[in-house]
Amino acid sequence: MKATLPKPLEIHDLTVAYQKKPVLYGIDMEVEAGSLVGIIGPNGAGKSTLIKAVMGIIKPVDGYVKIFGETTRKAITRVGYVPQRASVDWDFPVSAMDVVLMGRFSHAGWFRRISKRDRIFAAECLEQMNMLPYANRQIGNLSGGQQQRVFLARALAQQSDLYLMDEPFEGVDAITEKAIVDLLKSLRNQGKTLLVVHHDLSTAKEYFDQLALLNLRLVAFGETQDVFTHDLLQRTYGGKLTVLSEIGSRQVEHKQPPSAVL
Amino acid sequence: MFLLIWKRLRCALLLLALFWMPCVLCAAQISSNLEQDWINKAFRFWTFADYSIQVIALGAILIGINCGLMGGYVVSRRLSMFGDTLSHAVLPGIAVGFMISQSRDEVALMIGATFSGFVGVGIISLLKRYTKMKEDSAMGLVLSGFYALGICLITYLQKSSGGGMAGLESYLFGSLVGLSADDLIPLCLCLAMIILCFVLLNKELLLSGFDPSFARSVGLPVDLLHFCLWILLAFCIVSSLQIIGVVLVSALLIIPAATAGLLTHKMSRLLLFSGILGALTGIIGCFLSFLVERLPAGPVIVLCSAFLFLTVLFFNPVRGILPSWIRTRKRGQRIRCENTLKACYQVLEESSFSSQSFSQTSLARRRRKSDAEIEREIDVLIREGYATRQIILLEQKSELPSENMISLTPSGWEIATRMIRNHRLWELYLTKEASYAPDHVHDDAEKIEHIIGEKTVRELERILDNPRRDPHGKLIPSQNDIDRGWLSPPLVTEK
Repeated sequence: MKATLPKPLEIHDLTVAYQKKPVLYGIDMEVEAGSLVGIIGPNGAGKSTLIKAVMGIIKPVDGYVKIFGETTRKAITRVGYVPQRASVDWDFPVSAMDVVLMGRFSHAGWFRRISKRDRIFAAECLEQMNMLPYANRQIGNLSGGQQQRVFLARALAQQSDLYLMDEPFEGVDAITEKAIVDLLKSLRNQGKTLLVVHHDLSTAKEYFDQLALLNLRLVAFGETQDVFTHDLLQRTYGGKLTVLSEIGSRQVEHKQPPSAVL
Repeated sequence: MFLLIWKRLRCALLLLALFWMPCVLCAAQISSNLEQDWINKAFRFWTFADYSIQVIALGAILIGINCGLMGGYVVSRRLSMFGDTLSHAVLPGIAVGFMISQSRDEVALMIGATFSGFVGVGIISLLKRYTKMKEDSAMGLVLSGFYALGICLITYLQKSSGGGMAGLESYLFGSLVGLSADDLIPLCLCLAMIILCFVLLNKELLLSGFDPSFARSVGLPVDLLHFCLWILLAFCIVSSLQIIGVVLVSALLIIPAATAGLLTHKMSRLLLFSGILGALTGIIGCFLSFLVERLPAGPVIVLCSAFLFLTVLFFNPVRGILPSWIRTRKRGQRIRCENTLKACYQVLEESSFSSQSFSQTSLARRRRKSDAEIEREIDVLIREGYATRQIILLEQKSELPSENMISLTPSGWEIATRMIRNHRLWELYLTKEASYAPDHVHDDAEKIEHIIGEKTVRELERILDNPRRDPHGKLIPSQNDIDRGWLSPPLVTEK
């Protein structure tokens, strides 16, 4: 029975061109249910781009992504996303509670108001991240670690089966880092699937069951102990694939760039 | 004492006076020009007696609400400059609409304005994408270019067609003259659209404004929402132009929303406050402009909202400049008071608590301050009920007629011992737990002692196992000592 279930995430020959670099080339990846995958690679390797392409935020040039056997758009309520903390305006007039409630939007549907049940659930998610006392604080008044906890509480509120997280450990304190790791592991133990972009090699081995080494290409993907080897890391971090990236930017020059936001 | 307060307040009062000046001047002008009938006029306005007054008041209120609500989104999404650019970019479109329809036909003007605004915004995004130009320069370029084009077209139209084009210049600075009920229809429509949009799309707009990439990830059409908001903004601007004018409409978008931003951090409340503030400034500005016919409506309305902003900035009880200044001052006073009390304790300690009072000169020596300064500090203590003063005549030395003897009251004693305890505990903590050198801990403890709080003190006492001696070998008073109200000499010398 289990074997017939569609995989949580299936990436086939995914190629992504940004306005300029970074670019992703022919990524193939199949992630099993209940795995905790770290995506590591040097700066500009396309880690965030991969996540964004999976989420449908960037349109790929080639290839496709299947989530539980369906397109991202159809499976949208089954995927949770944690963007980079730096990607939002923290001065925006919303409270921590408002942010977590945003995780319920895809369940509420268009034009509907947030229900009382959603509010209670969002409060539980905040509580789980030890952030309930800060529920009514304006998010800009929270520390970096607290902001990240709010983001994770929002992901919890999405009640997804597959989570994609972009640098959740970026700029957080040690206590928050531990809280996040615990959360990741408990989600994995509940049978959820997690893909986490990570930049710290020293902790990657300890945090993740599986690793995807990325540098424009998927260098390696597998169990941590098989992949976290000197040789493969050398290949991932040992300078960029210069020829590939140059050809990529030449390709982009000949294409119309994807439409920018106003 | 009063002199001191006056010295401190002088600067703030001067600033306030500067800000209030325009208002006072304006009032003065009103009274000199229209001495007899201004009360009459005010009465007529506020009772909304005439039909024309009803129309202009309603118009001003509607504009205030529209711009206030839109402004809430514009400001929170950091689109203030964008709103300003858009309002200037619609001007050529208005002139062209006028040229084609040969009248002030609302629909033609609206279409022309929206189209020209669209072209302006398009140019900005093209410049951003295909040149190395930064967004602000691109906006500045479009803003000034379109505005200049609009003025040229309008001036040309007026010169060439005689009286037929009268009223076009009101689009520059706004005017309430000749406003008819028909002119209010677009404003009402705009308000209805804004409210409908905000009620239906409240959570979608909130999410797409705060976190666009997350919004995309849950399947929201962020660009479409952005475009809707943009169209709504263009509509709001165009419908307001006749009253407020091209140049200043962005002020009404920005100022009420910025004022609301001083008062709240919640989007729904920000929109509510911003709308109310907009309506308020609209009606007040309209009233002033009605009172003094020579004043143009637009600038007066904008001045009113700027004035309201300053008032909130200064007097808002939570984060206002004046209340927080008063709080800082009070805290400073408390700290000075606590420092004096601490010095009192130290003077008493020097005499091993052999007597309950000490001379004012010994305190001055301890604080390294002049007698006059110490006199003032003691006055403060006495006023707060922390100390009492007795004047003792020294008969032996007749050239020194008296010596002031100070003794602490129970409440003064409590604060003094508490400060000493906080200070010494913290010093001990720094040397023991944070491995500071004993001669480096004093300055830090000087600051911490005032803010540490009882809860942390308990924690420190627990960590350090209820210590009795600080790093310099002096006694750390315990809660018992504080409660007892006095340290007996044997206790001080006890190991």
